[in-house]
Amino acid sequence: MSGAPVPLTLFRFVRFPLTHVDFMTDATATMAFDAALAQRMKVLRKLRLNDMFFAALTRAAAYFVLLLLGAVFISLIFGGREAAMKFGLGFLSSQSWNPVTENFGGLAPIYGTIVTSFIAMLIAVPVGLGIAIFLTETCPPVLRRPIGTAVELLAGIPSIIYGIWGLFVFAPFLQRTLQPTLIDAFANIPVLNTLFAGPPYGIGMLTASFILAIMVLPFITAVARDVFDTVPPMLKEAAYGVGCTRWEVVSSIVVPYTRVGIIGGVMLALGRALGETMAVTFVIGNAHKIAPSLFAPGTTISATIANEFTEAVGDVYTSSLILLGLILFVITFIVLALARLLLYRLEKQGGTK
Amino acid sequence: MRTTLITFARGALAAAAVAGSVSLALAADISGAGASFPYPIYTKWADAYKKETNIGLNYQSIGSGGGIKQIQAKTVTFGASDAPLKGEQLEKDGLIQFPMVMGGVVPVVNLDGIAPGALILDGDTLAKIFLGTITKWDDAAIAKLNPGTKLPSQAIAVVRRSDGSGTTAVFTNYLAEVNGDFKTKVGTSTAVEWPVGIGAKGNEGVANNVQQTKGSIGYVEYAYAKQNKLAHTRMINKAGKTVDPSLASFSAAAGNAEWAKVPGFAIVLTNQPGDGSWPITAATFILMHKKAQDAEASKTALKFFDWAYKNGGKAAEDLDYVPMPKNVVELVEAEWKKILGADGKPVM
Repeated sequence: MSGAPVPLTLFRFVRFPLTHVDFMTDATATMAFDAALAQRMKVLRKLRLNDMFFAALTRAAAYFVLLLLGAVFISLIFGGREAAMKFGLGFLSSQSWNPVTENFGGLAPIYGTIVTSFIAMLIAVPVGLGIAIFLTETCPPVLRRPIGTAVELLAGIPSIIYGIWGLFVFAPFLQRTLQPTLIDAFANIPVLNTLFAGPPYGIGMLTASFILAIMVLPFITAVARDVFDTVPPMLKEAAYGVGCTRWEVVSSIVVPYTRVGIIGGVMLALGRALGETMAVTFVIGNAHKIAPSLFAPGTTISATIANEFTEAVGDVYTSSLILLGLILFVITFIVLALARLLLYRLEKQGGTK
Repeated sequence: MRTTLITFARGALAAAAVAGSVSLALAADISGAGASFPYPIYTKWADAYKKETNIGLNYQSIGSGGGIKQIQAKTVTFGASDAPLKGEQLEKDGLIQFPMVMGGVVPVVNLDGIAPGALILDGDTLAKIFLGTITKWDDAAIAKLNPGTKLPSQAIAVVRRSDGSGTTAVFTNYLAEVNGDFKTKVGTSTAVEWPVGIGAKGNEGVANNVQQTKGSIGYVEYAYAKQNKLAHTRMINKAGKTVDPSLASFSAAAGNAEWAKVPGFAIVLTNQPGDGSWPITAATFILMHKKAQDAEASKTALKFFDWAYKNGGKAAEDLDYVPMPKNVVELVEAEWKKILGADGKPVM
């Protein structure tokens, strides 16, 4: 190393030895310089090693997720293969679920999963965004803290508590009030009278959707509030300055500016709604039937698995339940892929505007 | 640093010592898994037995299906199932089976103005309700059985189990016995495809749903109906007599059964003859391997069961279970001679 020409770029790193050697003779200066450089290189090498180690560690962590996901996917396919082979694609279109004759079809739980999640999002997205807008735009500062904390606390309540509350408080309440009212009100209106047909059990698809909506609300609100806070005040002030109303500021400045974040929050909530198990099991009625009425009992994929897996006797039964799990996995994957696609198109649009 | 190391080493030693003693204690415990219906009485017996003998019971209440799987896989000394296995299945798996304790299943209702025991049903009507062919409480079939009772013109909300369960096996066994339609359309199993109704998980789930839903009918183990003060129905039994669910009527059903004739005591006590018999009664069963994996463990388990037959009657009745009649116990204990150790001799 000594005597070799030092690359120019390295001089930038060796400023501090120079201040000490500027009064020395040339020869000693070069020697001291080389020693310092060697020292420096050693430190740098060590840092680089550290860095490589750190990078490898994080990479391993990331790959581990892929590995785990792959393992889950493969074991679901492996576990569900018997049912898949026996019923084929008919599993997706049959709503028979008969443990006695071992004839299984997944249509009822698939339908229930999608419909309850959809209705839940229909309720939770506007309400959740409304709360977030109120908190960031119009809320008096005194209230901001308590309401924000209350929403976050909602997210911390275990799902079984929602289920118990749903069964003991919410379902009887709906059975006494909302359901008879709706049944009577829509009795003579086509479509709506099949959608809201009796008898009012209290529990059923609609009740499950309501509980789901309450459960995913904090996810939407928390994410939306955080992204709304990132809107530069300058943009909003400018809009207010040219005479925009609050509604105009929110609808044409805040929401467009943060739409990517909002969609992220909504997808997070949808993911939770699709997979939610305990609370739904309590209030959905667990019936393997597709009924046109939203008051009728139904079931979801995760509720079916939670209910029946422990006592499932026979290979075909167990295998059918695992196959349902695989279908839920695929549904979630499709939903996430669609969300990505939506984001991608929004970004492209934003670029051309 | 040094001191921490020493402390750590000490801690590890202590932990190892504790772990050692725990595994020793576990080795002496009886291991079993299965049905959740008898779980309360098994644990109560186990507590009392442990006080006497210092031998504990490690019973996993994972459900009958799980109990059968675990005994087949030989991970436990005994399995427990509410629905008895058939003779040929026992033969195939090399198992013996015997009834441990009995209980009854009762229909429960939630109707305004109907007190517990006020409503009378017979098997055929009950089956039609659970088939969905009778949909209103003021149906002629129900009214005929209950002259003088004012029945509301309300839709019947059927509540049944959503999970597989021995209770369902017993209940569907009864309905299939008394109604041909039910037998062909629904059948008998721990889980069936119900034509109507709301599914709820566990006896407690059904009990809660019935309590919450006006106009509902469900079925639960007698103990749940009693403890939750649900309005049970009376039933008309095979002899045509109206009976109340009680320990006496459950015992009456057991007394008339011919246990000795059926391999593995595989009798479901539904629709039994006798004036006082409750029609939906059943025993819960224990499964053990004929060739004991660990003769000592099997012997310990059998000793516990023997103790429970002899001393557990009072505890069982306190929890609304029915102890096995003496003549059945004698038959069972004779059957135990078939459990052989590695040396080919009976373990007990």
